Amino acid sequence: MTDLTSLTIAEARTALASRSLSATELTDAYLAAIDAANGTFNAYVTVTHDQARAMAKASDARLAKGDAGALEGIPLGIKDLYATEGVHTQACSHVLDGFLPRYESTVTANLWAKGAVMLGKLNMDEFAMGSSNETSYYGPVKSPWRAKGSNEALVPGGSSGGSAAAVAAHLCAAATATDTGGSIRQPAAFTGTVGIKPTYGRCSRWGIVAFASSLDQAGPIARDVRDTAIMLKTMASVDPKDTTSVDLPVPDYEAAIGQSVKGMTIGIPREYRVHGMPDEIEALWQQGIAWYREAGAKIVDISLPHTKYALPAYYIVAPAEASSNLARYDGVRYGLRVPGRDIIDMYEKSRAAGFGSEVKRRIMIGTYVLSAGYYDAYYLRAQQVRTLIKRDFEQAFAAGVDAILTPATPSAAFAIGDKDMNADPVKMYLNDVFTVTVNMAGLPGMAVPAGLSANGLPLGLQLIGRPFEEETLFKAAHVIEQAAGRFTPAKWW
Amino acid sequence: MSVDLATVKRVARLARIAVTEEEAQRMTGELNGILGFVEQLAEVDVTGVEPMTSVTEQKMRWRPDVVADGGKAMDVTANAPDTAEQFFLVPKVVD
Repeated sequence: MTDLTSLTIAEARTALASRSLSATELTDAYLAAIDAANGTFNAYVTVTHDQARAMAKASDARLAKGDAGALEGIPLGIKDLYATEGVHTQACSHVLDGFLPRYESTVTANLWAKGAVMLGKLNMDEFAMGSSNETSYYGPVKSPWRAKGSNEALVPGGSSGGSAAAVAAHLCAAATATDTGGSIRQPAAFTGTVGIKPTYGRCSRWGIVAFASSLDQAGPIARDVRDTAIMLKTMASVDPKDTTSVDLPVPDYEAAIGQSVKGMTIGIPREYRVHGMPDEIEALWQQGIAWYREAGAKIVDISLPHTKYALPAYYIVAPAEASSNLARYDGVRYGLRVPGRDIIDMYEKSRAAGFGSEVKRRIMIGTYVLSAGYYDAYYLRAQQVRTLIKRDFEQAFAAGVDAILTPATPSAAFAIGDKDMNADPVKMYLNDVFTVTVNMAGLPGMAVPAGLSANGLPLGLQLIGRPFEEETLFKAAHVIEQAAGRFTPAKWW
Repeated sequence: MSVDLATVKRVARLARIAVTEEEAQRMTGELNGILGFVEQLAEVDVTGVEPMTSVTEQKMRWRPDVVADGGKAMDVTANAPDTAEQFFLVPKVVD
């Protein structure tokens, strides 16, 4: 029998439905793969063996009765940011030590309701703040990818680094992830996987540990475009517990796959040609443009003039919201408490011990830009700039652009412990230069693998769509996937 | 705009994060690096631009004004480091 963990969701779905494969066999194959390889990758921070087997058994019973859900028996990894009842949920922070939610996030509840199986919780940057998964309290995640002729350990990207590495290494069929500034798309691009950040409001944020509430959005990372569509269909829902979730029907995203892009207008924004961008990223972008031309799409040059201000505006808005959201970690209600001489001392010591340096940095920036006398100069101005960024996109869409094509990241994956990145926070932040605009404008964005770098590492392209037109992205991403093929790391572990 | 050591210590106090002298010094450099980076926003003409309050234009939904949840005091306090019955325990704040 072929390796069960090499099956896509769509393939496993067929095998499970025909009963040539049981959910228990599939789950056991993944658990064995995790047990063998997680020591190498550090992708999972907890593996829920017993729960996975019990869920798989229940799936087999439903499959036998013929009432299978859309994800019946499909084993998934869940980012540690999602609250899972009675299971490790710490946003990979020390400050949430021992936290076991008494509730389930809406997105994961949707997945379980459709028969999916939970394999465990995935590593991530602490509170989703990072682009390399190196800020996790549980240590960095190692990418299953290596550069040609090198044994150097590479980052899988972040913050959803555990999700991307686990998908790429076949330690789950697909994974949940979240994206505040690029945390789904950048790790997907680094690992040759597909990731979509849907429109703000498409998935409920309820039960997902909050980082920056006006930017955070849930989405999947999977092995191909179809699996990503299958995942999003179940993850998305309107939710009375999140007033920002939208009351719009969830389309059958899978149906968009294979549709022609003939006559579609693809915008190429000149501002994404940034200074110092490697030639191979430019070449990849041109290749993507050529594929769309061949497929009959119309290519138009567009201008999004406020692009360069998105990242600086993000580094005001996101830390400001984070400083407020993270005020709840006070050593009183959950997690870590360090005793102090009085209650203030206890707060200060608990937070000093509980948060890592990147999280502290962002709380400090957020506190500063919101403090008396600075609010207008920083926060108010950043929110005005955000309006301008969104307006740029609106004008492009109003002029007839259906989707925008850009590189997903300014480079391929870098090494764990990269000196330049770690010496200068701003340099690390620049990883999100192409993705962050999409969060600022609340739009859907998708990263799809499009080629390999000169040293054999995956590179991705990004598609940006109109609000709630994720179907257009699935349709367009499939064209790239068909042309570029799929990318799997050579197994060295 | 840039921050000095005294400002960093004041902000740390506002954020309720204890910092050592050495950490405060390191943070001063890092924060100034980030503030220097965001400084470029000053060149954008924002005259008459409405600050964004929501990325999607949507009306807040109403729900019936009825009790829909509650009675979960034990769930709420279940993860606290120190409790007595259904109460959070904290160091003494009044003598």
